[in-house]
Amino acid sequence: MTHTSQDLLFDLTLTDEQRMNRESMQRFAAAEMRTLSKAVDAGTSPARDFYPKTAELGLTLLPIPEALGGAGVERSPISNALIFEDLAHGDMAMTLGSITPMSFVNTLLDQGSDAQREKYLPLFCSGDFKAATTALLEPRATFEPTAPATTAIANADGYRLCGSKCMVPLGSDAELVLVIAQLRDKGPAAFIIEGTPPGMTRTAEANMGLYGAELATLVLDNVQLPAGALLGDDNFDLQRFIDLSRIGICALAVGTCQAVLDYVIPYCNERVAFGEPITNRQSVAFMIADIAIELEAMRLMTWRAASRAELGLDFHEHAYLAKLFCAEHAMKIGTDGVQLLGGHGFCREHPVELWYRNLRAIAILEGVASV
Amino acid sequence: MINLELSKKHQETFEQTMMLAEHMMRPYSRKYDKEEHTYPKEMEEVAKLIGGARSNPGGPKVPVPAGTVVNGGNMGAVTGLFGLCWGDVGLFLGMPGSGLGNAAITAVGTPEQVEKYGSSYAAMCITEPGTGSDSANISTTAVADGDEWVLNGEKIYVTDGQRSDTLVVWATLDKSLGKAAIKSFIVEKGTPGCEVIRLEHKLGIRASDTASISFNDCRIPKANILGSPDIATDAEGRKKAFGGVMQTFDNTRPPVAAMAIGVSRAALDLSRALLKEEGVELKFDKKPANLSAIEAELCQMEAEWHGARLLVLKAAWMADNKMPNSMEASMCKAKAGRVGNNITLRCVALCQSLGYSEQHLLEKFARDSKILDIFEGTQQIQQLIVARRVLDKSSSELK
Repeated sequence: MTHTSQDLLFDLTLTDEQRMNRESMQRFAAAEMRTLSKAVDAGTSPARDFYPKTAELGLTLLPIPEALGGAGVERSPISNALIFEDLAHGDMAMTLGSITPMSFVNTLLDQGSDAQREKYLPLFCSGDFKAATTALLEPRATFEPTAPATTAIANADGYRLCGSKCMVPLGSDAELVLVIAQLRDKGPAAFIIEGTPPGMTRTAEANMGLYGAELATLVLDNVQLPAGALLGDDNFDLQRFIDLSRIGICALAVGTCQAVLDYVIPYCNERVAFGEPITNRQSVAFMIADIAIELEAMRLMTWRAASRAELGLDFHEHAYLAKLFCAEHAMKIGTDGVQLLGGHGFCREHPVELWYRNLRAIAILEGVASV
Repeated sequence: MINLELSKKHQETFEQTMMLAEHMMRPYSRKYDKEEHTYPKEMEEVAKLIGGARSNPGGPKVPVPAGTVVNGGNMGAVTGLFGLCWGDVGLFLGMPGSGLGNAAITAVGTPEQVEKYGSSYAAMCITEPGTGSDSANISTTAVADGDEWVLNGEKIYVTDGQRSDTLVVWATLDKSLGKAAIKSFIVEKGTPGCEVIRLEHKLGIRASDTASISFNDCRIPKANILGSPDIATDAEGRKKAFGGVMQTFDNTRPPVAAMAIGVSRAALDLSRALLKEEGVELKFDKKPANLSAIEAELCQMEAEWHGARLLVLKAAWMADNKMPNSMEASMCKAKAGRVGNNITLRCVALCQSLGYSEQHLLEKFARDSKILDIFEGTQQIQQLIVARRVLDKSSSELK
């Protein structure tokens, strides 16, 4: 991240590497994710059986330095956003679960101490899927991610944590959890929890959607953590963590909305009413045109925030606005996807109602997809 | 390599036009809004300053090696317009050289035509009393007679029709042959038979004159046709011929979209300044659900504005890099047109009586922005174009 944007041209060309990577992600999403999407959502095929397959994508291996057993590829928020987009085209919920360990790894790379990197990162280089996650959201209506109510108090043995975290991807299975809490007298901080220490309970959640992400609520009732559990020093940059996550969530929205568009085009072109395809009517055709327009704007806003992050420019405002834009339009596109299929859209035989339910979460997720 | 920041050169273009806008346009904004049809002579100086930049709208003249990314004339045009139309859309449109006729001459003219008319003040005459968005339906006729073309018909909504030196006129060689017979012609103002018959009184962009022009046995040289005088006889050729005329719009739609970006930025900046005096400030530090209604709406408008702006830049970037951008040009026009309208109008409401008052410019920004969702193709026409592309429909399938 040493470039300056001043000598660069505006450009939307992918690198050869990004192009090749996209192809393999798109293949994987179509073959391994879309095919399972419905069964995972309905609970007839456990998502935890799917996750080991994602090991072949090398998501966590890539950014880890070679010295720690990784591939040592420089972290690229743009490349990561493209990965998230392409996988979400297969299934958004399973993508969220798949990338969550990567968010854990990225946050350690970004803000962890050397000792923590050396201790934890080699675990992600074995070639097997390793369940790790981040826990930011809390179950209350006015939750504000910059002001967590979960508390941490320093004591002689380390830190004692109290509070509730919700919508934690892979929350039931994650062996490592990065928990965001308010460190008394200091400010927001992140803590690494190994396994399930005394006082911590995990409860699988039932939500409107996102079943494939295996979301869980974690209750921390006076959980004692060692001193080394505090991520980095006590200057955790929560805003940066949230902003990088927001870009990731935007990318999930883009991929899922692209799936909606790709589904409604052939469906509506083939659907005949009053003697001709319904897309011969402007009321239908214009809805689809607007999906295409807003989706492209969503993508460009996501890319812009990601590229600013990659260039080392301030990206807070851009990530914020991209998230806001994507949240609004993803929900609209999810709704329109159902509407365009009419009664068929309402039935679970078609995937649009699943996308509708998953896209509703874009506005709510705030810190679980750090690019 | 993906990068959505402006190049250093275009960032400078933007900043320079913002300076011109602030110091040389804004002081006259209200004056020429009030004095409709008065020629804003002060803009000649602005036109001179930006003239050099505009004389090369088609991209860099130096050939670039294949595979090299170009940020050229199209990106320069839209970034310049972001700034100038932050200043004043009406004054920009009323400025010599801003006419869309120039774009047409540059795009399809012969070297001789470009030499002779490229830097004239050229206005575009397409719309007729009975023909708006269905421009294939025009009735103005051009008949060959010896060394001349003879034009007859009436054109309306000619932007800068009064002040321009040159007109680019769409006319049909034979209406029964449909769109293939539509050609465009260069007419010098003052040619006998060509007469400005009326100026419109408008909702906004009052500094720009909007004329009705009649052509009565107006004779122009044979050489003044833009493109080929042949009428294609097969379906493919017919499609191509009119497509060529319509292609002009692929180049002119992103600039009009850029105007909407400029004026809506102006409305947002002014609203945010007025609201700041009351303690309402955007810090982008809380979730939208936890903000006041005014803050949440401002955030939403900022987001929409950024999204629309990036669509404009993408369409211009594609044009600079010789990629077909017809769909993207319409996408950005549709998005920026509606976002521009919504933002400017909501800013009037958010600032309440200050927004409505002529003491400030918010009400003018709203009025000025309305036309940007209408000319160069209405919102609905852009949606139609995008829909046909996305759905792979012909114009006879999706009407």
